[in-house]
Amino acid sequence: MSLTLADIDRLAHLARLGLQPEERTRLCSQLNDFFGIVEKMRAVDTSGVVPLAHPVDVSGDMALRLRDDVASEPNQRDANQQSAPAVESGLFLVPKVIE
Amino acid sequence: MTPSTELHDLTVAELAAHLRSRQVSAVEAAQHFLARAQSHAHLGAFLDTNPEVTLAQARAADARLAAGTAGALEGVPLAHKDIFVTRDFATTAGSKMLDGYHSPFDATVVSRLGAGVAGGAPGAGMVTLGKLNCDEFAMGSANENSAFHPVKNPWNTTRTPGGSSGGSAAAVAARLAPAATGTDTGGSIRQPASFCGVTGIKPTYGRASRYGMVAFASSLDQAGPLARTAQDCALLLSAMCGPDPDRDATSLDVPAEDFTRTLDADISGLRIGVPAEFFGEGLAPDVRAAVDAALKEYEALGARLVPISLPRTELSIPVYYIIAPAEASSNLSRFDGVKFGHRAKNFKDLNDMYEQTRAEGFGDEVKRRIMIGTYVLSHGYYDAYYLQAQKIRRMIADDFQQAFQQCDVIAGPVAPTVAWELGGHGNDPLADYLADIFTLPASLAGLPGMSLPVGFGAGNMPVGLQLIGNHLSESRLLNVAHRFQQATDWHTRRPQGI
Amino acid sequence: MTDTKSVAQKSLLVRGYEVVIGFETHAQLSTQSKIFSRAATAFGAEPNTQACAVDLALPGTLPVMNKGAVERAIELGLALGSHIAPRSIFARKNYFYPDLPKGYQISQFEIPVVQGGSVEFYLGDEKKSVRLVRAHLEEDAGKSLHEDFIGQTGIDLNRAGTPLLEIVTEPDMRSTAEAVAYAKELHKIVTWIGICDGNMQEGSFRCDANVSVRKPGEPLGTRREIKNLNSFKFMQQAIDYEIRWQIDELEDGRAIQQATVLFNPDNGETRAMRSKEDAADYRYFPDPDLPPLVIAPEWVERVRAGMTELPRVMAARFVTDYGLSDYDATALTQSREVAAYFEAAAQACGQPKLVGNWIMGEISRRLNATESDISACPVTPTQLGQLVSRIQDGTISNNAAKQVMDVLWAEPQAQVDAVIETKGLKQMNDTGALEKIVDAVLAANPKNVTEFRAGNAKALNALVGQIMKGSQGKANPQQVNDLLKQKLAG
Repeated sequence: MSLTLADIDRLAHLARLGLQPEERTRLCSQLNDFFGIVEKMRAVDTSGVVPLAHPVDVSGDMALRLRDDVASEPNQRDANQQSAPAVESGLFLVPKVIE
Repeated sequence: MTPSTELHDLTVAELAAHLRSRQVSAVEAAQHFLARAQSHAHLGAFLDTNPEVTLAQARAADARLAAGTAGALEGVPLAHKDIFVTRDFATTAGSKMLDGYHSPFDATVVSRLGAGVAGGAPGAGMVTLGKLNCDEFAMGSANENSAFHPVKNPWNTTRTPGGSSGGSAAAVAARLAPAATGTDTGGSIRQPASFCGVTGIKPTYGRASRYGMVAFASSLDQAGPLARTAQDCALLLSAMCGPDPDRDATSLDVPAEDFTRTLDADISGLRIGVPAEFFGEGLAPDVRAAVDAALKEYEALGARLVPISLPRTELSIPVYYIIAPAEASSNLSRFDGVKFGHRAKNFKDLNDMYEQTRAEGFGDEVKRRIMIGTYVLSHGYYDAYYLQAQKIRRMIADDFQQAFQQCDVIAGPVAPTVAWELGGHGNDPLADYLADIFTLPASLAGLPGMSLPVGFGAGNMPVGLQLIGNHLSESRLLNVAHRFQQATDWHTRRPQGI
Repeated sequence: MTDTKSVAQKSLLVRGYEVVIGFETHAQLSTQSKIFSRAATAFGAEPNTQACAVDLALPGTLPVMNKGAVERAIELGLALGSHIAPRSIFARKNYFYPDLPKGYQISQFEIPVVQGGSVEFYLGDEKKSVRLVRAHLEEDAGKSLHEDFIGQTGIDLNRAGTPLLEIVTEPDMRSTAEAVAYAKELHKIVTWIGICDGNMQEGSFRCDANVSVRKPGEPLGTRREIKNLNSFKFMQQAIDYEIRWQIDELEDGRAIQQATVLFNPDNGETRAMRSKEDAADYRYFPDPDLPPLVIAPEWVERVRAGMTELPRVMAARFVTDYGLSDYDATALTQSREVAAYFEAAAQACGQPKLVGNWIMGEISRRLNATESDISACPVTPTQLGQLVSRIQDGTISNNAAKQVMDVLWAEPQAQVDAVIETKGLKQMNDTGALEKIVDAVLAANPKNVTEFRAGNAKALNALVGQIMKGSQGKANPQQVNDLLKQKLAG
């Protein structure tokens, strides 16, 4: 299996990355090089192995810690928006969204 | 303080003592290190300093020292990798995307080392000198992926300091700071520590809160200290670690611990596992020689070497470079030019704004990993890549548990070679990936690992020894490293002109 | 999805087509704080004043799960007889949208917290059961405001991170009426157990209907999803329109394209949304920031113990304790208020059936007239109890009781017995007086008497009518009947 420029365009769009033409071709060959070393991994027999999503969950009994339902965050709109590119009357502005 | 020793030659432990005994004030210490940072600006270690803030913190520390309410490391200067968000310094994560970004809050680790968590426990009282350079979003092994400028290795300024915590390692090696924080996702503390001849430790995943660390790969990222000695690392790590139930669901319910308590414990009878796979033909002879010598030294100290096997060591490269980019591709989606950070100047519509903003804001390596991550999670490929990688990740973790049946700690090289020339790997990202081979397995298994200087290789560049322990065995690792540093002086060597 | 039911189910065809409807409902959970942050969830705050660093996805922030949201999910599962997953997983659903701050929504994908179960209700007098596929926890998105900013959209993230339960059914519904009845029943349940305020205008209870049509026996047709139906009235109109539209398309030989559509209340039509790009590829994967959600059996039992009696449990109790029919029991458990009113009145007079009839009849008729509910009923359960007792002990007739009700409705202070007295509504129970009238009527109507004796039962009614007239309606009809039969038999 080898990635084509069409695959690169599909992925770039999914990831919202505007790529320059030469970037497309460079990435295409670099990704194909990378997936070359991945082939070895695909060949490994992993039947019956439980995926490890959390590194310390070796015993498989790791449980999500829950917090009590308390609303305690103060309004920090100004501090939170200090690095926002475009704000008007407290709203983040973006180009018109058409549904 | 004896006139012969300069402030910057003191270890964290010594500085803390001098400050407590008021031989030196926090303001004097801060001024001294700020001056050094300035006079060594050519190394490119710092991305942001703010003397007013630093000196204000130092004055507050002096006040606490005077009032007798001092923290464990009150007044000792420190610099943070620019992956940790800070209220008083800009936070860029080494990326154009966050150029000039100011966080409304401090990372938990920053608070714990500093004045303490607001409304929570008091901190260690350390004074922040500034923010340290790193690879963009901590993605890299040479610090050449910083969007601003590379970092030079103090031992040879034509060489890389390693990455991604290159600024941290270089700052400590050049004695621009007695200690620094770093983050380690696949080796980003251990490898630069090795390349710069300093000591660094990545604790067990979940030991230190990730709250306030700009996320790269959530299931791998861990914070840790870099300093000149294992003892200093123990002092900092004790302050950094501890549960953060209100902010990080993956922080472990393990109480904070004093990692200095057992530093001096006897290590005779210690079983050191030596994985055959870490000593294959990929390992450069100069590095191998230094590592072998270190293992001999351990035998002299009464430890026993046990041959072990970590059969999937090589697989850890594809496994890591699938899992980490997958998580990164999702973690970096929030950088869309809407709520914070860079937004493109020109765009046609919303979609174009996204694509231009992210194209301009992200560097090549980050784009590469976003593409890889997007691919391995995409429809039809998830099982073959991401899920398969998570399964082999489990096998790799199990391999370690097997190994720890036979040994107490595992020792081997940190990297196959010493620090290479800046630009040495050219445009070959794979070369960087492959060089991570010895640090990736412990990261995938969430195990604590550290690097300590054990000699020099080609070009008189430092070589580090990697120690890997089982979950929550940081005390043991630091003890094993400390005993070595009691018997040797590699950790005291300094780069020429420093 | 299994579709065995549609075969078994009696389906009412529309122009020869069978309608197939499934629901996805987003219920906002009534927690104080957000699902993954400590920001408040209150509705209507100033833009972005309830969006904290975590809700805005500022660099370095991480999610921490709200216990209250999990508890509410468990309650719904228990209410609908679902399986509560002992271990469920949070996953990331990746897509770019301005109201989605992280660029992904934290949801549940492969293993949801609530699995299976069913919603049961009456459609007319037919009992229906709609099977649930699942209900999973997820975070709500923010809001896009398209007005006020020339060529731009304003983003308010106050709603971002509000806890949601997405409740998904099998395609079990076969008519608009059944679909609306299902939605009303689900709405009743979530508000009854108090996990959701049910405010549809504010978007607390949002329904998406998956609608398709097919010729009986054929495989499921292509479905179109009607999004954000925020009132039962629009739901009715939208689904009706969609069914008509799809059948028209098919009849004109056009195939249905899968699509997401919006209902426009102004023209009563549905139109396809500009399809959200990448809908095909959300790149779900387990969220590494959140370990598995583990729910121990003890926790489920603690929640069960703390829950109020569920409508269908209460209805079953009404059948056994009060001897009501299934239908009446269901009708009287439409809301906790009605059920409470019924029980109070029934216990006051010990006549549950009569009380039930009065609530479902006279009282609801009067309330409907003013579009008000039981909480606005001027007649207390105690008063209704007294009234029913007076009917039961023969003091007044049903018609008289309605006149008493009129008075009580107008003057809530009025006493039942006092009203009966002052309006002179007592039935004549004095046999002596009654007998005189009977004898007089019999004497005056020999024709009816002979007809009756000849076997014409109708003749009796005529006589009864005469006698009631003679008593100005105060005679007890039962007594009159007995007396007549006895005399005519003689």
